[in-house]
Amino acid sequence: MSALPPYSSAAQIAWYYAFRVICGLIFFFLIFPIMVIAPLSFNAENFFTFTPKMLALDPEGYSLKHYQDFFTNPDWQQALWNSVTIAPVATILATGFGTLAAIGLSQSHVPFKSAIMAILISPMIVPLIISAAGMYFFYSRIGLQGTYWGVVLAHAALGTPFVIITVTATLVGFDRSLTRAAASMGADPVTTFFKVQMPLIIPGVVSGALFAFITSFDEVVVVLFLGSASQKTLPWQMFTGLREQISPTILAVATLMVAISIVLLTVLELLRRRSERLRGLTPG
Amino acid sequence: MSSTPTATRSHSDFPDDGVVRAADGTPLKQRLAKALRREKLRSFLLIAPLLLFILLSFIAPIADMLFRSVENNIVQDTIPRTVEALKAWDPAGNELPNEPVFAALHDDLAIAVEKRVHTRLGSRLNYEKSGMSGLFRKTGRAIKRMDEGDYKAQFIDADEDWGDVETWRVIKRFSPAYTPGYFLNAVDAEQTSEGIRMKPANERVYLMLFNRTMVMSLMITVSCLILGFPVAYLLAHLSLKASNMLMILVLLPFWTSLLVRTSAWKVLLQQQGVINDFLVWTGIIDDANRLVMINNQTGTIIAMTHILLPFMILPLFSVMKTISPSYVRAAKSLGANDWTAFWKVYFPQTVPGIGAGAILVFILSIGYYITPELVGGTSGIFISNRIAYHISSSLNWGLAAALGAILLCLVLILFYVYDKIVGIDNVKLG
Repeated sequence: MSALPPYSSAAQIAWYYAFRVICGLIFFFLIFPIMVIAPLSFNAENFFTFTPKMLALDPEGYSLKHYQDFFTNPDWQQALWNSVTIAPVATILATGFGTLAAIGLSQSHVPFKSAIMAILISPMIVPLIISAAGMYFFYSRIGLQGTYWGVVLAHAALGTPFVIITVTATLVGFDRSLTRAAASMGADPVTTFFKVQMPLIIPGVVSGALFAFITSFDEVVVVLFLGSASQKTLPWQMFTGLREQISPTILAVATLMVAISIVLLTVLELLRRRSERLRGLTPG
Repeated sequence: MSSTPTATRSHSDFPDDGVVRAADGTPLKQRLAKALRREKLRSFLLIAPLLLFILLSFIAPIADMLFRSVENNIVQDTIPRTVEALKAWDPAGNELPNEPVFAALHDDLAIAVEKRVHTRLGSRLNYEKSGMSGLFRKTGRAIKRMDEGDYKAQFIDADEDWGDVETWRVIKRFSPAYTPGYFLNAVDAEQTSEGIRMKPANERVYLMLFNRTMVMSLMITVSCLILGFPVAYLLAHLSLKASNMLMILVLLPFWTSLLVRTSAWKVLLQQQGVINDFLVWTGIIDDANRLVMINNQTGTIIAMTHILLPFMILPLFSVMKTISPSYVRAAKSLGANDWTAFWKVYFPQTVPGIGAGAILVFILSIGYYITPELVGGTSGIFISNRIAYHISSSLNWGLAAALGAILLCLVLILFYVYDKIVGIDNVKLG
């Protein structure tokens, strides 16, 4: 899709622009639903659509009342608190276990490598409803159903495949001679790991951790089955809100969550550029 | 090292048998094998914690659930004596079981009523024959008033269904500890005294639901492909800087919460929603004829296409990125027009990307629960929604497990295909 050559025919020129318009429309389809909720969340009325006042840009048509509701309503605050306490612990568990396992898997002689990989990746493949159902029955049997740790363990299990995949990806490009050099200079394995290997694979670990975090922070099916009312997370509250009474507060929450995803995306992009720079590629 | 006696020995101390030896005299082969073993052990020790964690917190629960789809201890556990006594009875004949069976049933039910578990057995057998639930509840109330002797007459007196041979056939059929009953139910079949047969057409639900799930997932996959292909092509052929900028428009939805996107579509597609308002405002449709785009299949397909589109674009993009532009140039220099060069030369090289993206989107969509639940109404729900219903509302856990087992099999087969085409190690995120 380089620029049009000067000898292009009229049909080629027409297609060139038509193709760009088509792509523009698809990009619009991708981004519009996410962007439209932000202005709607400032609606002064309890509507899900633009009021004439909003379209006329009348300040009276806008208000912060849905945000105020989110920050004062105990239900939403409890949900926010639960999300904020569950996701980081699940992330730490997933990242810790996942990074170790990825390093182990990247060694050259691992027996049953593909079988182990399949088991470790499985939480990502199995439909969530099946995971949720299985965990619900099993965790109730061992007394973890409806507990904080039950949800944390379940979310950690769902997050590990992402850590494995991202860390493995960075380890593929990892130069083995660096660790050998460190070892030949007398560094013990632990020092080698923390001083040589870790700084190089840290982008993979961080992006894996972000994936694990967002998996837990967004997850609703498992928590619906596995949690009790006291583990109600933000997505759970949104889900019941959408299913039952549709309160416009959902739009304020959704806008805040979009803001969080923008922050996460920026962090990931910076990490990607850093690792490209380290590998000698110029960032775009 | 020098303190060990072996290290001070010279090589000539060892037999000259042509075996290559390490400094301490052990054959090199042995040393290498030992080092390899140590390396294997080390990598295993690194993997073991996670493997154990996943096996305990994830694989065991799923295995446990799958087991529920064939497990059937409730009849044996609740009325053990009756099950024992029924062994001698021939269900093929048209005669009722004789007095000892009724006596055993009386003893069993008396205990079951005491423990209040007879209703659970009733609802279990009700899945197989309607009316059983009521029968057990009614008999449970009557059991205390029964006198010793001639239980048969008293049972039939309490509920005439006890005089129906079919009732006994159902009990006998579901006495074993394992049953294919849930699986048969999950494919709209049932076990009768004449063997396995399909349910009457008006009671068939699940095959239709499986079918709908597959067809709608296929439609979602196709629409993702149609929308994703041009975008991936554009991104792969723009300058790095421009494509990185536009990539944000793909990655932002990818990173945005599923519920945020579902709620956005709920807002947009409602009858009083943004799209309908816009169409009325522009005069394309009349205010009275607002489009119904939500709580039906249209809603599910639109919202899920939006949610899964990045999963199509990203693998397509990474494949297209590696296609060398010189093939298309060569084709054109040999006289192909734009379309021929694209269709005969470029497109075939994108097929691995299409395969990867399509299977990924299909796998993800057949297991979807949240989006169909919120925007699908009754006509747009998937098999997952039915599984959830049986777990949380109807409490028919065995059936839920059987449906789940079938869905899991479908996903695993597709995933095996995906692994053959793409390889799990090559899954890329973002």
